[in-house]
Amino acid sequence: MASSLKCDLCGKPATVHLTQIVNAKMHKVDLCEACAQAKGVTDPGGFSLADLLLKASLNPESAAGAEASAGAACPACGFTPSDFKKHGRFGCPRCYQTFAGMVAPMLENMHKGVRHAGKVPEKALRRRSLAERVSELEAGLAQAVKEERYEDAARLRDELARARQEASAPESGASEESPSAAPRR
Amino acid sequence: MKISALLATPSELTDTSSSKCAVVLMTRIRLARNLAGRPFPGWCREPQREEVLARCREALAATAPMKRSVNSALSELSELERQILVERHLISRELAGAKHAAGLVINRDQTVSVMVNEEDHLRIQVLRAGFQLKKAWNQIDNLDNELEERLDYAFDPALGYLTACPTNLGTGMRASAMMHLPALVISSQMEKVVRAVNQLGMVVRGLFGEGSDASGSIFQISNQTTLGESEEAILKRLGSVLQSIVEHELNAREKLLEADASKLFDKIGRAYGILQNCHQLSSSEAMNLLSLQRLGIDLGLFPEPTRALTDRLFIEAQPGHIQAAARHDLDPAHRDSLRAERIRQEFANVPRPDFSLHQKS
Repeated sequence: MASSLKCDLCGKPATVHLTQIVNAKMHKVDLCEACAQAKGVTDPGGFSLADLLLKASLNPESAAGAEASAGAACPACGFTPSDFKKHGRFGCPRCYQTFAGMVAPMLENMHKGVRHAGKVPEKALRRRSLAERVSELEAGLAQAVKEERYEDAARLRDELARARQEASAPESGASEESPSAAPRR
Repeated sequence: MKISALLATPSELTDTSSSKCAVVLMTRIRLARNLAGRPFPGWCREPQREEVLARCREALAATAPMKRSVNSALSELSELERQILVERHLISRELAGAKHAAGLVINRDQTVSVMVNEEDHLRIQVLRAGFQLKKAWNQIDNLDNELEERLDYAFDPALGYLTACPTNLGTGMRASAMMHLPALVISSQMEKVVRAVNQLGMVVRGLFGEGSDASGSIFQISNQTTLGESEEAILKRLGSVLQSIVEHELNAREKLLEADASKLFDKIGRAYGILQNCHQLSSSEAMNLLSLQRLGIDLGLFPEPTRALTDRLFIEAQPGHIQAAARHDLDPAHRDSLRAERIRQEFANVPRPDFSLHQKS
């Protein structure tokens, strides 16, 4: 493939040519000096070719996925697929769930694997599952009171007290829910 | 602790004699982390950014490793102070340019620096002189564990740590080493090395990115991908790539000495002469000369204690550092004069290179 002479982002003559190979797939990007500067190509701390490909929407898979999720906005933060096209970044952690269809094909090109194989923040996860349990019990208690099921309410109130105590106690022993279970949403 | 005190304190990069490594100048590991339940910094509204900044600064201040640290909002730092932090590889240019609600926490010896509200809520970084991947990992792992006790990280069992940009998902870890590769540059082998490194899933970048001449033959090698592998596996792979590059560089040095030692000595000798006698010195020229000087030290032409001096000057010859040492604002020409003056003073006591080690009798 002959190297293109025009900047992939703005069409001016290209003087910076980047090649990246990830998992045996080759990606090429040609940029003019101004765009290279603007995208941080010369910044030792910040540059990633995969990053740039995302921003320039040069990744055909992600464009296709974006079509699929078009119209949806993240319920947590209001981010939309076209926002992603513009910024190359997501709005909030929930976006990864909202736009799962768009994210999945991206990951194959971008990374060595598509599933996390490293460190897990056990304590943070356990705190979160405990916190969720407390919220559920609180909601259940309110409902039981509303429906005048006072025996249920009493039982839930006691469970809630126990759960609250567990949530505020220092780390000790395993909780009922395994920390590696996906947090219920 | 105030930033001015920090900059006057001996730091890992400027005052370590432990980095006796010939080729690897420094090792760096960075982790990207975000707080659950809030938008990422780029999409966060101002009050939320302030809240994240306050929570993170508080959590960091409570950890043991960051007990005696600079803990500031970026707005408290002058532009010059920010530039110096960039030159010391403690913050990124992006953070230095942030307008609102960003912060940093840096420990006393400047091995750990944490950026708050850069691209992610937290960018934790550990810097060690020389080739120290294991030590750097242990240090950053410990801090990350302590923070995790106080903060709820955004995490998904399938995707790992959730980051603003999908290129950082999973471990959120970018591990890199800064390497001094003058022989590979001189013998035109860098292109081959870069291609081989890319095949192994790593990335090579020049330090100052303006073409190999201006870089002082300093390159940064880092992992490309962050998801799908454990931190240990990534570090192991990077470690073996670095080891292999070190061997190639050392072999290239041997070959240069065998093939045409005189040419190499000429380069080093001239660099020494200029360092002792110049009156105007740009930062890019300084990088190149110091690079040759360091090569001379590696080859045993200069006494070993000169290494610490050279490594310190790599940092302190940069524009922000030169300006900071002056009393009034400098324009580039004045900076070049001051830089030259400083280097002349430092090199006045460096003995002439001793080539006798390499003379064939």
